[in-house]
Amino acid sequence: MEERKIRVLIAKPGLDGHDRGAKVVARALRDAGMEVIYTGLRQTPEMIVEAALQEDVDAVGLSILSGAHRTLVPRVMRLLQEYGLGHVSVFVGGIIPDDDSLALRELGVKGVYGPGTALGEIVGAIQRGVASS
Amino acid sequence: MKGPSREDAQRPSTSTEVIGQVLSGDRRAIAQVISLMERGGAEAREAIAVLYRHTGRAQVIGVTGAPGTGKSTLVNEMAKAYRRQGLSVGIVAIDPTSPFSGGAILGDRIRMRDVATDPHIFIRSMATRGNLGGLARATADATHVLDAAGYPVILVETVGAGQNEVDIARMAHTTVVLQMPASGDEIQAIKAGILEIADILVVNKADLPGADNTVAALRAMLDLNSEHDEWHHGRLYRVEVAGVDSAGLGESWRSPVLKTCALRGEGVAELVVAIQAHWQYQGNGGLRERRERERVADELRRILRYTLLERLLSQISEDDLEQTVQHIVTREQDPYSAAETLIQKAGLVSQKV
Repeated sequence: MEERKIRVLIAKPGLDGHDRGAKVVARALRDAGMEVIYTGLRQTPEMIVEAALQEDVDAVGLSILSGAHRTLVPRVMRLLQEYGLGHVSVFVGGIIPDDDSLALRELGVKGVYGPGTALGEIVGAIQRGVASS
Repeated sequence: MKGPSREDAQRPSTSTEVIGQVLSGDRRAIAQVISLMERGGAEAREAIAVLYRHTGRAQVIGVTGAPGTGKSTLVNEMAKAYRRQGLSVGIVAIDPTSPFSGGAILGDRIRMRDVATDPHIFIRSMATRGNLGGLARATADATHVLDAAGYPVILVETVGAGQNEVDIARMAHTTVVLQMPASGDEIQAIKAGILEIADILVVNKADLPGADNTVAALRAMLDLNSEHDEWHHGRLYRVEVAGVDSAGLGESWRSPVLKTCALRGEGVAELVVAIQAHWQYQGNGGLRERRERERVADELRRILRYTLLERLLSQISEDDLEQTVQHIVTREQDPYSAAETLIQKAGLVSQKV
């Protein structure tokens, strides 16, 4: 019997091409013993949620630097509900103004992380989020 | 948050309801049962016990080759080709687990974005979790789940293979081995290992210089194989020369060497034709049945090994293990005698060789 592995989908929705942050976070989660499904750039909310379903992930991390988070994140949250994936924890990283951060958390996003966040903080939040949901 | 709680999502794994959902092709149920197979244990065994009798219908195609040869890109194009034939496709893509952290980056989906939202394609990324040989322990189980769910074509992409990751040959009906131009001379091509398991050899990235040389080197290697004997999946079959020359019956399979440029989709249609030719070839003279027996025997042996080991280790206390290690370190005992002692202590049958 193998121990339970945390599986996380890291995706970049929308059209910005800056994936360094997503890669750094993916690497940190790998080093924390998680299985990270990395989907790459320019993913639609539909692609992300379909991947979350097929990969049976515990958490989804969305990296957005385009400013379109108030459009993209609600669509991902709604689709997760429609697909019966309400148990999946969602985290957002990128350039997110404080007011928007609050709005995203009200949608059910478990954590919002801007530049300079310590990687350990993100790792810990995902571990806690998965354990509690 | 509304929606099913985590517990609801995990618990019904063995319920007849979820198994029924897998059989009717429900993608969420398929995903959950594959996770169950990865975890293993009693629940997984119960599920496979129900699913197994619904398997044996799918054509399993393995794609292997060194890292960066274009496996994921080719699998993406192959999936599109099968979709054009109206067939749904299951994909299992394997990437390595870190031996240090136990984590993994599973990146095969990056190259499969074209087919990411096709409802008739199911992609599952899988980490090796310490298994050697190029596959994960649960890869065969994942193909069983997809087979039972009704996917007629299952593509298995191995980890980026070196020379010895050859387990795929025992699992797949047809094994496609990818090379790329300028990837070694004729001596590389006659070494034992990955090239030997190829039913079909593909030189991908054929737009790069040196592609024709690589094709020539591979063909030269194949010419060294003798006429009527066939190293099929690492085992020599005497091919019955029945005197029938139609449809290749009685002739041995000669692995074709094909050129593809997966990024542009070139050569992929020809590859799919070659895979079908190999499938039909296996249907002649009972080769497929023989292969199936061999595959099942291999799977059984693998499961026996794994299950016995798990059972044995659960009987040995951490203290005993530590103490034994200490005895070996100080040369009071040799590792073989120590193993024998532990096995006897665990109450398992001992074997004196």
